[in-house]
Amino acid sequence: MAQKKETRHKPSEKETTEETEKPSISDKGKELTEDMDKLMDEIDDVLEKNAEEFVKNYVQKGGQ
Amino acid sequence: MRRRIVGIETEFGLTFFPSGKAYLPMEKVIGYLFEEVIPTGWPSNAFLPNGARFYQDTGCHPEYATPECASVKAAVIHDRAGERLLESRLAPAQKKLDDEGFKGRLYAYKNNTDSMGNTYGCHENYLVDRQLDFWHLAEHMIPFFVTRQIFCGAGKVFRHNGQARFSISQRATHIHEASSSSTTSSRSIINTRDEPHADAEKYRRLHIIVGDSNMSEFTTHLKVGLTCMLLTALEEGAVLPDVTLEDAVDALRVISLDLRMKTALKLTNNRRMTALEIQWAYLEAAERHFGTKTRGVFGTLLTQWRDILTALEGDFSQLADRIDWVAKYELMHAFMRRQGCDLDDPRVAMMDLQYHDIDRSRGLFYLLEREKKMIRLSTDAQVRHAMQHAPSNTRAHIRGQFIRFAKEAGRPYSVDWTYLKLSGYFEETILCTDPFANHDPRVEELVTTATGDLYEI
Repeated sequence: MAQKKETRHKPSEKETTEETEKPSISDKGKELTEDMDKLMDEIDDVLEKNAEEFVKNYVQKGGQ
Repeated sequence: MRRRIVGIETEFGLTFFPSGKAYLPMEKVIGYLFEEVIPTGWPSNAFLPNGARFYQDTGCHPEYATPECASVKAAVIHDRAGERLLESRLAPAQKKLDDEGFKGRLYAYKNNTDSMGNTYGCHENYLVDRQLDFWHLAEHMIPFFVTRQIFCGAGKVFRHNGQARFSISQRATHIHEASSSSTTSSRSIINTRDEPHADAEKYRRLHIIVGDSNMSEFTTHLKVGLTCMLLTALEEGAVLPDVTLEDAVDALRVISLDLRMKTALKLTNNRRMTALEIQWAYLEAAERHFGTKTRGVFGTLLTQWRDILTALEGDFSQLADRIDWVAKYELMHAFMRRQGCDLDDPRVAMMDLQYHDIDRSRGLFYLLEREKKMIRLSTDAQVRHAMQHAPSNTRAHIRGQFIRFAKEAGRPYSVDWTYLKLSGYFEETILCTDPFANHDPRVEELVTTATGDLYEI
């Protein structure tokens, strides 16, 4: 486990500076999640209507 | 940087969804898909003017094998060109079916599983130095292939004990061995089939069948790029981490279901590490070998790898614009919030499938791309060019030149990865065993003699 710590706790100088310049991790995630929410009308438009039957019928012969 | 030949083979799922009752054998559909691409009466197997191979594989799947690519970027572009090529064949095949009175629609999916648990693959091929001991390579690369799914997986909702669960990888549950020679009965992480399509004294082929088919170009770029980088490190004698997994096949499944990425996996040296820690160990070994100041594509890859692992340690949702499984996960959860439904809703299963629809007017991945929600590495112009032209710096260029000539001259020919043959007078089989050679005087001579003029493409 000692080695585990060694691998995790070595942020380079570059990394630390970059992190202060960028929006925080959770902010960017939140933004992308909100973007997805905005797409839901379009999903409703394109999503196949007979989902249950469609999925059930999607059977392939095994490949490689 | 050492040059390497890379190729991606993709098997697509193909289905006809009838409106009403209709039985349509898929062989007929495949026949229509291949029409015009392949001369009438030929088996469904053809090399194209862009050097790629488009054919019908085991289980009635259309399969596209990219031409030999000598860069990660070329592999990404040519993989995408294969999707566009198949997409371009759907409308004519659909029209034929309409004309014959078959009511329904045709779909092609770039994914790896159907609703019954059948699988079809996306195989990566890397040309490696024969000097490198294969079992040394396998031992050092298998933990990488097992754990890279945390950023290469395409995502899939599977049922486990009657409960719907999101899995990172489509392919993980279908792999049964660490290495084997079979691709259908006992699929493995590394397939030992060794057909280098090149001088076998110098090279061998590394055939990887554990990967998911990716829609995101960035994901394909990481999958192929990081594999190339580690292979180069091994060939140059780098020491890769001692992270041999006690049960690599079981680890594939465990990681696939562990979205929190906290499970520590048992190693043969009695230590335990999580998938993320194993990836950090590989990244640091690569940084040690190439140096953190390395430039070019490896330098870019090292930075991207570090960013991705850092993000996965925090909130993975920030990777929704570049990693397939995260994009799919976020899209499904946005839908579930809006509809107030669960992961086992049939509409969510439909989204799971439709993310991979290669028809750009229907596919959910393409909806994200159109809305500028996915990072794109290629341009439309590059992909269009790749549908017609082989990479200019590999053997595929010679093949493309030859096929284009033969087609335009109306001459029958046969072609494989390592030979070209023009039938009729001047009949001669030309061997092309060097995949790095992009110029063959015999092909140019043949073309000149046959036309009286050097054929320019």
